[in-house]
Amino acid sequence: MKAFITHQGLVAPMDRANVDTDLMIPKQFLKSIKRSGFGPNLFDELRYLDEGIPNADNSQRPLNPDFPLNMPRYQGASILLARENFGCGSSREHAAWAMDDFGFRAVIAPSFADIFRSNALKNGILPVTLSSEQVDELFEALYAEAGYSLTVDLQACTVSLPNDEAWSFEVDPFRRNCLLKGLDDIGITLERADAIKAFEVQHRNRFPWVFEDIAL
Amino acid sequence: MAKTLYDKLWDAHLVEQREDGTALIYIDRHLLHEVTSPQAFEGLAIAERGLWRRNANLAVPDHNVSTLKKEREAGLAALPDVVSRVQLQTLDDNCEAFDVVEIPLNDVRQGIVHVMGPEQGAVLPGMTVVCGDSHTSTHGAAGALAHGIGTSEVEHVLATQCLIQKKMRNFRVEVTGKLGAGVTAKDIALAIIGQIGTAGGTGFAIEFCGTAIRSLSMEGRMTLCNMAIEAGARCGLVAVDDVTLDYFRGKPMAPDGASWDAAEAWWRTLHSDDGAAFDRSIVIDGSAIEPHVTWGTSPEMVASVYGRVPTMADMPDETARIGLSRALEYMGLTEGMAISDIKPDAIFIGSCTNSRIEDLRAAAAVLKGRQVAPTIRKALVVPGSGLVKAQAEAEGLDRIFIDAGMEWREPGCSMCLAMNADRLLPGERCASTSNRNFEGRQGSGGRTHLVSPAMAAAAAVTGRFAAVSEATQDLGAGA
Repeated sequence: MKAFITHQGLVAPMDRANVDTDLMIPKQFLKSIKRSGFGPNLFDELRYLDEGIPNADNSQRPLNPDFPLNMPRYQGASILLARENFGCGSSREHAAWAMDDFGFRAVIAPSFADIFRSNALKNGILPVTLSSEQVDELFEALYAEAGYSLTVDLQACTVSLPNDEAWSFEVDPFRRNCLLKGLDDIGITLERADAIKAFEVQHRNRFPWVFEDIAL
Repeated sequence: MAKTLYDKLWDAHLVEQREDGTALIYIDRHLLHEVTSPQAFEGLAIAERGLWRRNANLAVPDHNVSTLKKEREAGLAALPDVVSRVQLQTLDDNCEAFDVVEIPLNDVRQGIVHVMGPEQGAVLPGMTVVCGDSHTSTHGAAGALAHGIGTSEVEHVLATQCLIQKKMRNFRVEVTGKLGAGVTAKDIALAIIGQIGTAGGTGFAIEFCGTAIRSLSMEGRMTLCNMAIEAGARCGLVAVDDVTLDYFRGKPMAPDGASWDAAEAWWRTLHSDDGAAFDRSIVIDGSAIEPHVTWGTSPEMVASVYGRVPTMADMPDETARIGLSRALEYMGLTEGMAISDIKPDAIFIGSCTNSRIEDLRAAAAVLKGRQVAPTIRKALVVPGSGLVKAQAEAEGLDRIFIDAGMEWREPGCSMCLAMNADRLLPGERCASTSNRNFEGRQGSGGRTHLVSPAMAAAAAVTGRFAAVSEATQDLGAGA
């Protein structure tokens, strides 16, 4: 996983509550067996005026001019500013892969759905939770000023505003450490293989039916 | 100390608690399907890692499969959608390469992963169960700790048999009283989501309890726990009782003999202790719940079938007004209109929420001797598994659906998420027994109204949303 230490970037708005992962990456793109290439289909139904088809040449499709990510002022955005319950719905990690592939490194919102938060953190994307009032203030500032940028610092756990104000946020300490160092979860867990094996022995003694053969 | 059901399941699977607040949790059963597993297997192959415990894993194709008999019989190689075919083939290939047990496409046991799991006894009370699918919450109905995971976690479970987790908080939802006629587990789920919102359960494991829950069958409890994720909770739970034990006794992968007795002794303890502490509790009067219909683009946008779509004046703030206005525009509805004036073009009875035998019986009871209204352009009934289909056919339910003018299909996820060819056209409006009414969920531009199977059948008969009693008044209820 790529590390996240500090990131300065252009901010784009996703000004609606309950953005679900179906909206982030519609079902037809989940047929891919790869982890990459989802970026051009991020928010597909909002972004294009026609229906998205897997493996199509997205550069030839008609863009929705009213969708923020298509507007010149938000080109190159790498921080998404969003509303409550961002990433609700399906567990599809494709949503996080699409955000990553598009170039987003952080999402700022008042709240996130649990599974998306977990998927984002495992893909080097930082979900930053700020208060509703702070998010309101950021939306206002973002709409008022083209080229609005923020700095998200995971070392200090702060979001720095252009006026040098810094707002702190909380991140789970384990996830913070993984992100700062770019650590892979599986590698960390396998360091505890002996503990897992020991647990498994007593678990098997206690619940032997769980370990029965499931041959069809 | 008095423990909740969730606490007991957590403690029984805790490998180690760490100082940073995370824990390693042991996973008993891992269910896999074709959509969220390919990248996980690829990750294992790249890192040259094997499976921690082969026997913990069970795979089945469901999301992409064709529900047309002719296409199913022609086999995978003949599936017209090449992209779907590659994904299904990849599951077969990965299961073969990693020696994972897979129920094949045309096996009678094939079905939606969350229907197949309990049906086979692959999921049992007291287990930790995960799957790369958010509706894994379904299995909490068995008194199992079950939740959806992303693909990175699928890979993690395959390689380590564990997950790195933080303990959730406990949320108790008590539903008291006796449900009214025609009110089902789906209506309870929608009523709860309408009350607490789609983020109301975020960070919680929800335990459903109370007399109305005790009176539900296992199928009904699965419907309810399935929808816990639509309230934001990764896990739904129902305590084990005789209904649970009767359901699992004799299932193919369930223990028997002395092994069953040992299991039953542990399963009987799977309930919250008196005085156990919950972080949040609500009580809902089950006798007051009416049949529900969603009118918007989020499951919390829901009303009684006797109710109305809200108005701008009902909204508490500007964000809510914008949300309502966007939802009404997408759904092609006007504020304040009666739910009973909404007329669907399509009917979908199926999905991991409502495709079990009890669901099909409830729909068939309404449709028996009646016809689908002429304004309904398509009406699909998609059983949750080959075994559900066989049972329904043995009971003659297929004839009732076909005679009413509906299509009787092969098992799969189908139009719940439209990854296969079953989908809505832009602007088409569907009375659907599935779980999500998100924009585009059932097909680009499609409009979804979530309802119970009986309500979907009532909508099929009347051509608009109506209570079952209204749809059946011609011949008497349940004719």
